[in-house]
Amino acid sequence: MSKVVHEPATPHRWPRPPEGTWTQHYPELGTSMMSFEDSVSPEFFELEREAIFKRAWLNVGRVEQVPKTGSYFTKELDVARASIIVVRDRDGAVNAFHNVCRHRGNKLVWNEFPRAETSGTCRQFTCKYHGWRYGLDGGLNFVQQEAEFFDLDKAELGLSPVHCEVWAGFIFVNLDATPRQTLREFLGPMITDLDGYPFDKMTEWYEFSADNQSNWKLFADAFQEYYHVPGLHSQQVPSAVRTPGKGFECAHFQVDGPHRMVSTGGARRWTMPPEFMYPIERVTRSGLVGPWESPELGELPKGLNPGRIEPWGIDNFQIFPNIEILIYHGWYLLYRYWPTSYNSHRFEGMLCFQPARTVRERVEHEVASVVFKEFALQDAGMLTGTQTALESAYRTAGLTEFPVNDQEILVRHFHKAVADWVDVYRHDLAGTDAR
Amino acid sequence: MTQTMLPPAFADLERFALTWCLKTESERYARRLASPMQELIDFYDACFPRVEDALAYCDKFPLEELPEDAIHLLHLVYSLVMVAMAVEIFQQPKPVDSADAELARVCAPWP
Repeated sequence: MSKVVHEPATPHRWPRPPEGTWTQHYPELGTSMMSFEDSVSPEFFELEREAIFKRAWLNVGRVEQVPKTGSYFTKELDVARASIIVVRDRDGAVNAFHNVCRHRGNKLVWNEFPRAETSGTCRQFTCKYHGWRYGLDGGLNFVQQEAEFFDLDKAELGLSPVHCEVWAGFIFVNLDATPRQTLREFLGPMITDLDGYPFDKMTEWYEFSADNQSNWKLFADAFQEYYHVPGLHSQQVPSAVRTPGKGFECAHFQVDGPHRMVSTGGARRWTMPPEFMYPIERVTRSGLVGPWESPELGELPKGLNPGRIEPWGIDNFQIFPNIEILIYHGWYLLYRYWPTSYNSHRFEGMLCFQPARTVRERVEHEVASVVFKEFALQDAGMLTGTQTALESAYRTAGLTEFPVNDQEILVRHFHKAVADWVDVYRHDLAGTDAR
Repeated sequence: MTQTMLPPAFADLERFALTWCLKTESERYARRLASPMQELIDFYDACFPRVEDALAYCDKFPLEELPEDAIHLLHLVYSLVMVAMAVEIFQQPKPVDSADAELARVCAPWP
């Protein structure tokens, strides 16, 4: 009898946890098919507003946006039905307030259109409606015709504060009356181990904005797995050296509380034979993963490349609920996903470099910025399809469960973290009702 | 006398200057999408061999003190980068499979 020869399993390039898969290393995640009903349900979105966006710490900007006393910007948090002002006060502290005048509730700070975000520098905030004035500390300083009012206590009518804390130069706000955790507690060790990373040196920004017709989590999903890259982004590799059917294996996955990260590894693009690069990449010495060389950064924090991957490529940190920091060699990308309805969201993307010292360096940054947009447009273009097909799947096709593989562990974890926060909220709500 | 936009050493690219010396990424992207592929190829074929020279020329000046004609030349290089995506990678003006997606660049350094 001839011996049965089994095809060997695909050899894994990178070491895996003892359980054999990343997903099974975190048993609470399970391995079953997943529902994405959380991305097609208007009712679930209403729960997310309360359970997540009014309870979690939300990154609204960076300290470089408020460089001096009186620097401010406004942020429209549609998902929480709030508008806030972030401002640096006379003591150098960064504060946040609800963008609402205490006299009859007019929107306090806006420029040309009340719905549009704005920024600038001022000594105080003056309401356009009746001229009430507030200091940088939020105190009510001036009331037009004060004597016309009845028992007006100016000390009680300062701007309504919003909890505001800064980590690594990232400004976070929390709309909860009493946040359940400090910002550092919320971020946890996997994220705060990035303390000391020189984000403050990367002040040359290319900023992007887009309105997408998809649930906010679906775009985040597209950026937290690389399984889709050979399919959707086949053009990332020149056609002459494309290998049909070739997959992509990530080097390291890690989750910590509601947050998650993935590292890629492998030979850097420019160390490969020249045919692996497009001509524009070779001539500008920049491309898909940014400039070939960036200024040295010195010693890096222990939280970077936690899997100690060599050669290391990219760290992709997903901070719950809606921000992503992608750390490359010497520069980083920042994404934010702001829900506007159950099937739409506003995407913000920033490429952050150390300031160019020469024209050549500036062109390197421009190339990275242009390439980023080309491939992000492919992800964004597909999202309308994902959203509409998922809605159809749930409402008409009777399809409610979908398989999620080990390379997509962060997708699995993200939707579970969202569900967990909503469950806690529901539980808290039930407890309140019972009392 | 005809007004020129580029430094004299780049007179061979002057015929592209009016069309492609554009200040913002939004203008460059819109111009790419609105251009027939053959025009993109013609621009690319003429401009790509001059990139090294253009960078060397611009790098003679401090980044913040580029003379106007060098800024025009730099904008032409930016346009070449934009057009290279269509010519080298997608063989069409719009990124393949990008459907109706838009992504607006709302802030960038100058120049």
